Amino acid sequence: MDVSITVNHQTQHHDVEARTLLVQFLREHCLLTGTKVGCDTSSCGACTVLVDGESVKSCTMLAAQADGRRVTTIEGLATDGELHPVQQSFQANHALQCGFCTAGMVLATVSLLEEIPNPTERDVRLGLEGNLCRCTGYHNIVQAVLAAAGQQP
Amino acid sequence: MIPAPFEYIRAGSPDEVLRALTEHGDEAKVLAGGMSLLPLMKLRLATPGVLVDAGRIEALSYIRDAGDHVAIGALTRHRDVETSDVLAAQCGVLRAVAAQVGDNQVRHRGTLGGSVAHGDPASDLPAALVALDATFVVRGPGGERIVAAADFFRGFLETALAPDELLTEVRAPKTGPGGFAYQKFNRRAQDWAMVGAVAVRNGTTRVALVNMGSTPLRAHAVEAALADGASIADASEHAAEGTEAPADINASPEFREHLARVLVRRALTEAHA
Repeated sequence: MDVSITVNHQTQHHDVEARTLLVQFLREHCLLTGTKVGCDTSSCGACTVLVDGESVKSCTMLAAQADGRRVTTIEGLATDGELHPVQQSFQANHALQCGFCTAGMVLATVSLLEEIPNPTERDVRLGLEGNLCRCTGYHNIVQAVLAAAGQQP
Repeated sequence: MIPAPFEYIRAGSPDEVLRALTEHGDEAKVLAGGMSLLPLMKLRLATPGVLVDAGRIEALSYIRDAGDHVAIGALTRHRDVETSDVLAAQCGVLRAVAAQVGDNQVRHRGTLGGSVAHGDPASDLPAALVALDATFVVRGPGGERIVAAADFFRGFLETALAPDELLTEVRAPKTGPGGFAYQKFNRRAQDWAMVGAVAVRNGTTRVALVNMGSTPLRAHAVEAALADGASIADASEHAAEGTEAPADINASPEFREHLARVLVRRALTEAHA
């Protein structure tokens, strides 16, 4: 079937099987491999992207469900070579170890801060419960999110 | 993991869903947010030949004050339930329970009707609706019928929905400012409830249990004890009566029975605070 998704402000039009998952569409058809497949069972959040500005797990959504919608991946966050504030904060706070969860963490954070612009530490921990860091590097991730929100970590 | 091949039909209205269901019979499954169905399809535990995507039917996404109840469209997302002002004023327990479903990403996609129609006894919201004595509006080829929550859940992943019927609306009785609580026990954030207990006060106190049988269950013995004047501590001791707690990798039935008693006590205490 024809699926047309605006990915990072560009129209991506591909003829795919109906059973194609959004994450496959992004990685295999758009060749945007910044979005990772971790658990593939909607537990770990590594595949988190934004659909119409809201975080979703792209391993548990069909590309067909995103047809006609706007998708933002980690490749689409920076503007004119300038990292998104959340990306900058992750860098400044060393909020990554192996980096596999990072794209999902960053996008989940962008969505979270859209909904709760001034989160408490508890808001951040609850808001990112759908994203697992197998390095267990949560401390700096939480600091980075608070810093990105302009809060004192 | 990729689902087995299927024919995809995008429905623009409830009638289009019903037409597709009538044409394809039990070959077809309705897709709402997909938070329950897609994982099953990826594991090939569900292999529908036809997937009828109802997810874009805006007309089934609403939360309205409807007099003696709040009417919630079946395709209303958990996120919208969690943040609804109408529910905050009229039926706060649904907000509180919706806020504990899965994680943010799941709540951005998952729908109330999808959770109900899936009929998983480990789901949070069906138990809340059972506690509330909610009713469900079901549309089929012959028209609409109303099904009480108590009659809707028939068994593990089994409901009163016929293969050619669509759940269109959930009607939640108003509880006003009455106390409520949801106690959910799991070992990891975002996990399904090993056991959960919902308490709602609205004149009487009603209690329902998550994951203590093949369907969400009312804790009738607890309610009866409370009605007879028992203390919360004493009434909670009846929480496991009439249940058939499952055994799985997370817990034995005996542990679940213990959890039910503890969680019901905590939920009642919170609801009466």
